[in-house]
Amino acid sequence: MSSVSSNLAANVAVHLSGVDKSFRNGDQVTSVLKQVQFTANVGEMVLVVGPSGCGKTTLLSVLCGTLKTDGGEVVSLGHELHRLPPAQVTQFRARHVGFIFQQFNLLPTLTVAENVAVPLRIQGLPLREALPRARQLLERVGIPEKANELPSRLSGGQQQRVAIARALVHEPALIVCDEPTSALDSATGHQVMELLHEVTRDRRRTVIVVTHDPRIYRYADRLAEMEDGRILRVETPADSVRIPPTSFSL
Amino acid sequence: MTDIALKMVFGERAKYAMLVSGICFSTILMTQGLALFFGILGFSYATATNVRAPIWVVDPLVQQVGDNQPLRDTDVNRVRSVEGVAWAAPLYVGGAQARLLGGGATQPVTLVGLDADTLAGAPTKLVAGDVQDLRRPQSVVVAEQFVEMMQRLRGERLRVGDVFEMNDRRAQIVGIAKTAQGQGGASYVFTTWDRAREYAPSQRRMLTHVLAAPEPGRSDREIAQVISERTGLRAITEEEFKRMSSHWMLVNSPIPYVVGLIVGIGFVIGLGVSGQTFYTFILENTRHLGALKAMGTSNLTLIRMVMTQAGVVGVVGFGIGVGVMSAFFSMLPEGRAPLRLLWPIPVIVFGAILFICSVAAVVSSWRVVRIEPAIVFRS
Ligand SMILES: Nc1ncnc2c1ncn2[C@@H]1O[C@H](COP(=O)(O)OP(=O)(O)OP(=O)(O)O)[C@@H](O)[C@H]1O
Ligand SMILES: [Mg+2]
Repeated sequence: MSSVSSNLAANVAVHLSGVDKSFRNGDQVTSVLKQVQFTANVGEMVLVVGPSGCGKTTLLSVLCGTLKTDGGEVVSLGHELHRLPPAQVTQFRARHVGFIFQQFNLLPTLTVAENVAVPLRIQGLPLREALPRARQLLERVGIPEKANELPSRLSGGQQQRVAIARALVHEPALIVCDEPTSALDSATGHQVMELLHEVTRDRRRTVIVVTHDPRIYRYADRLAEMEDGRILRVETPADSVRIPPTSFSL
Repeated sequence: MTDIALKMVFGERAKYAMLVSGICFSTILMTQGLALFFGILGFSYATATNVRAPIWVVDPLVQQVGDNQPLRDTDVNRVRSVEGVAWAAPLYVGGAQARLLGGGATQPVTLVGLDADTLAGAPTKLVAGDVQDLRRPQSVVVAEQFVEMMQRLRGERLRVGDVFEMNDRRAQIVGIAKTAQGQGGASYVFTTWDRAREYAPSQRRMLTHVLAAPEPGRSDREIAQVISERTGLRAITEEEFKRMSSHWMLVNSPIPYVVGLIVGIGFVIGLGVSGQTFYTFILENTRHLGALKAMGTSNLTLIRMVMTQAGVVGVVGFGIGVGVMSAFFSMLPEGRAPLRLLWPIPVIVFGAILFICSVAAVVSSWRVVRIEPAIVFRS
């Protein structure tokens, strides 16, 4: 559906170069992303960290195609998002991106299973075909018994599990998470991160997590530090704080 | 995605009830306004409903059913002699005063004098007695409303065989008929043409209408035309007579203003309240719609969802409103209230509701299209 950049290495999932983004508020123009360079490889979990207001969420929005840049190149999974017409960017999101939000953003009037099925429905799958797959995913995130509940009956951690199931159900190659743990208490946050780590690890799936929660840094393959609209450095967390994927079980 | 759109509406009971009741209320107001409109029009041409004849011949100056301009007695024969006319009969319609025996206040009635030989135009729906008995001396057939009116006055219910007075002459009830209520609330009393002369306040000329019918195979319209040409009188079909009367009421009476106000308020409430409630509903769902959009739902699909939601709210609200109104109308005493739920009313009201919902949906769609998918990342 879009041209694939041939000059990128095959293992690069997301590549941003020279990306600018500013917001206009009346007369005031705030420059939020300044010539950002960013790369995430296939199969990696990259955490984007930095102080509040430094542009993390904006970066995430740009690389998944919910926000247009002012300039620069955004190549995600081979799709040149900065060149695509809006309708095709929408289609890109539908097919290739799984979303996990800080506030979960489940539809309150749909059951848990129906919520999980939403990405498949968006792709045009009828409910009766989408629901069984949604149930499989609920099994995988450990709450199959909640399938027919409304989201409001679930705890925060359970709701985020539902959101993870929803982000995975259509097998996207890119998963973007904005502060997935900051609405949760510490223990639940860890459980959710462990789950996210586990369910994304067994696929060649790229996960980008925006957070300012240092407690979850250890889940990162790489850590991108942002400040004032720029990526300061990208580092690999010390081996001592990284957790080998084999140590998880569900 | 249609089912998701519907669940978004149905799932929020309170908001759904609000949306539906707005449309429902608007439907009720518009329906009752229009029913009042047709009801009052019906009152205005009640004589043409109560006295049935294919063709009515009246003075050329007559513009509406309630206008009883006298004709010459010879006009009956002039109409009768027009070729293509099967029969023609005289008719008197005019005001009279009725009083129960033993005194008391008089009550205005609309007196109808029918041709004694043929009883052409006589009431057909009798709840008691027999129209043929009108041929007996001093006999009258009264409307049910007359019986009720007199009962309110005196406490006793008049029956067949009972006697009252008009113009100091005895009138004996030989039948009670179901009739449409007339202009000004006066109820109908039927008698023969000759006898009407005695019951009515004295007048020089007693012929107000000539009733006629075409020969088999000729249309009412065609023969009415021929009568008009030959006699110089105004001959029109029953339908035309009623339509002419309705038109006259529309132009000359305050009905359009009264009814227009009610229907207008219903429409404005529908548009203002329901439209706004719906828009608010969409605004409150901005976050959810934004999430759907971020996850890759196209604007077109979202617009379809919004249209579905507006459509469902409109149809359900309209359905309940019309249901409530028809139940209400069916409980009203027949012919008394100036309310008639004719089939064009639901059609017109449905059109108005559809318009309201379309406006709400279009404005809301415009809003939905402008939702930035990136908002879902903001808390
Ligand atoms: N739609 C917008 N309109 C105007 N200003 C915006 C918009 N989105 C973001 N900003 C501004 O851009 C800056 C960066 O916002 P962003 O949400 O990317 O920061 P962040 O690093 O995610 O912060 P936090 O950790 O608090 O979530 C902020 O100053 C914010 O106010
Ligand atoms: Mg943020």
